[in-house]
Amino acid sequence: MTPDPVMIHGMEWTVKELFVYPNESINWGIMIVMYPYMTGLVAGAFVLSALYHVAGKTELKKIAKFALLFSMALLLVAPMPLLLHLQQPLRCEEVFFTPHFTSAIAAFGMIFFIYFIIVASEIWFIHRKFFVAQSMARQGAQGVFGRVAWLFYTVLTLGAFNVDEKSLHDDEKAVVFLAGLGIPVACFLHGYAGFIFGSVKANALWMTPLMPVIFIVSAIVSGIALCILTYSIISLWRSFRAGTKTTLEIEEVSKAAKYLLTFLILAITLELLDMVFRGYTAMKSWAILRSVIFEKDIINIFVLQYVVGNLVPLILLLIPRPTIRRILIAVAMILFGVFMMRWNVVIGGQAFSLSFAGFMHYHLPIIPHNLETYKEGLFGALTIASLPFIFFWIFNKIIPVLDKD
Amino acid sequence: MQPSRRKFLKTVCAGAASLIAAPVILKFLEPGEALAAMEKSKLRWAFLVDTHKCIGCGFCVKACKNENEIPYDASVSRTWVERYVVKKDGTVLIDSPKAGRDGFTSPEVEGQTPEAQDIAKAFFVPKLCNQCENPPCVQVCPVGATYQLKEGVVLVDRKWCIGCGYCIASCPYGARFFNPQLKVAEKCTFCYHRIKKGMKPACVGACPVGARQIGNIKDPEDPVAKVITTSRVAVLKDEYGTDPQVYYLGLDRAVR
Repeated sequence: MTPDPVMIHGMEWTVKELFVYPNESINWGIMIVMYPYMTGLVAGAFVLSALYHVAGKTELKKIAKFALLFSMALLLVAPMPLLLHLQQPLRCEEVFFTPHFTSAIAAFGMIFFIYFIIVASEIWFIHRKFFVAQSMARQGAQGVFGRVAWLFYTVLTLGAFNVDEKSLHDDEKAVVFLAGLGIPVACFLHGYAGFIFGSVKANALWMTPLMPVIFIVSAIVSGIALCILTYSIISLWRSFRAGTKTTLEIEEVSKAAKYLLTFLILAITLELLDMVFRGYTAMKSWAILRSVIFEKDIINIFVLQYVVGNLVPLILLLIPRPTIRRILIAVAMILFGVFMMRWNVVIGGQAFSLSFAGFMHYHLPIIPHNLETYKEGLFGALTIASLPFIFFWIFNKIIPVLDKD
Repeated sequence: MQPSRRKFLKTVCAGAASLIAAPVILKFLEPGEALAAMEKSKLRWAFLVDTHKCIGCGFCVKACKNENEIPYDASVSRTWVERYVVKKDGTVLIDSPKAGRDGFTSPEVEGQTPEAQDIAKAFFVPKLCNQCENPPCVQVCPVGATYQLKEGVVLVDRKWCIGCGYCIASCPYGARFFNPQLKVAEKCTFCYHRIKKGMKPACVGACPVGARQIGNIKDPEDPVAKVITTSRVAVLKDEYGTDPQVYYLGLDRAVR
């Protein structure tokens, strides 16, 4: 196929095969893969932290503190891929100001801000004592930096300096309430991302009521996996740099991995159920879906997603006497597997024509030659993927959640 | 009588509620809107395509691109023509080179040149936006930038569209695309700017064989409405529940 003389969004990375309607192309590229992936990580990280606060899983105490702050870092990045894929990004505020509520995307603004408020207030209640202590310690500090730091922490206390036993107890109650409230909201945040796809009746691969549920479960899987991986790597790196024995305990990591395992099994079950059901009912679209699933995308779906991303890590986690190294390898593979799942949904859903008579192949733009191929290419995706870590690094300077109490 | 606290609160609450409710319940209409709301719509545009007549010349695509300023050499188009070649062994070959703009001058379809004796039937099918009665593109637009008129035509507000592409993904007919210059969603409007002035859509005017016609389906005397109501017509992809308003005469089951 010769490239289009006029640059049309999507055509640049789409190669058509057999009969595809003239207007069709892969409009939703890597950014729309990143979007549910990032929101999924937010939801998963939050659920991990809530397991400690609500269910009282004390062995998760340290990782829970980390997971909550990391969830915030991820949350700030989650809308960015959506913004980057817009053809008119400067009009993005219309989603908040003129939402059209029959659209699944219109709810984004509200759910996002409600969730943001919940996470921000939970962080505040957990760390209020720390803010007060910092503010007190810096009172009358000399120098510009010291005074700015004092002012900063004083503002963070929001004037609530009371740290007696009763008020701290009230803080804890608020944390439990917010964490409990946050779980359904986190699930909603991500379930609705699944709804965005699941409700597109024109798309035979996307349209299933299972989509939101599959998205939520795999979100929790990926979020826990990323927390385990990041937390462990930072802990190991810190002790390595300090030349001390690692403080990372196998109990802590393997407990979190156990929750991960439960959700992973649920995710695999749901995804397989979806596929079996489609094959068994064999509706009109099954012929083309079958050739996408079992021929065109077989490597992406069966090798990369199911074997590398699900089966191997499942076995690694099920083998008795877990080691930190083995768990870390398994969670890294799971993260990759969930990414491939998002890829196979978003790109796989556009791999066939609406005519059911042709295919479209996606070629991820790697070396950018204009703004569009940067923001919807590999480097745009890498930018998005690295931002949560940068945000977390900044947050951790303000609230050191990784230091020992 | 001393006003009780309960009464006072009641009055205050009722007052506040009505203050809030007033702009919601009482909507101030523009004169045009008021007029449109008063009279029952007696107009619903519908399109009729006679596939028996279409010769695949591509004049409709040319006229549409010129009329609606869609880049002439871009592969996208508000309307397009598909060629179907059904072979005796049952295989269906379909193509639409350059959206059918330059006609179908080569006998090669999908890389094959079927022999005449192997062909069971072959025909052309013009396509355009179906201006659905129940348009999924309008449903999914997150900012309400695409909307349905009383006359049934679905339009896009080019100053409001954020370019998310959700409408493009939700259209089962592949009628929508991004305008390469304006970077907003683009689609056929039945040439609304022409039909509202009593003119014909560009493609209808350009068709040399009368394969494309437009009419008012609510007017029993309208010739197009008469054909639609009295002939055996079909629509595309009825199963999506979109209630498409482009009617086809002689639609084959091979048509996608």
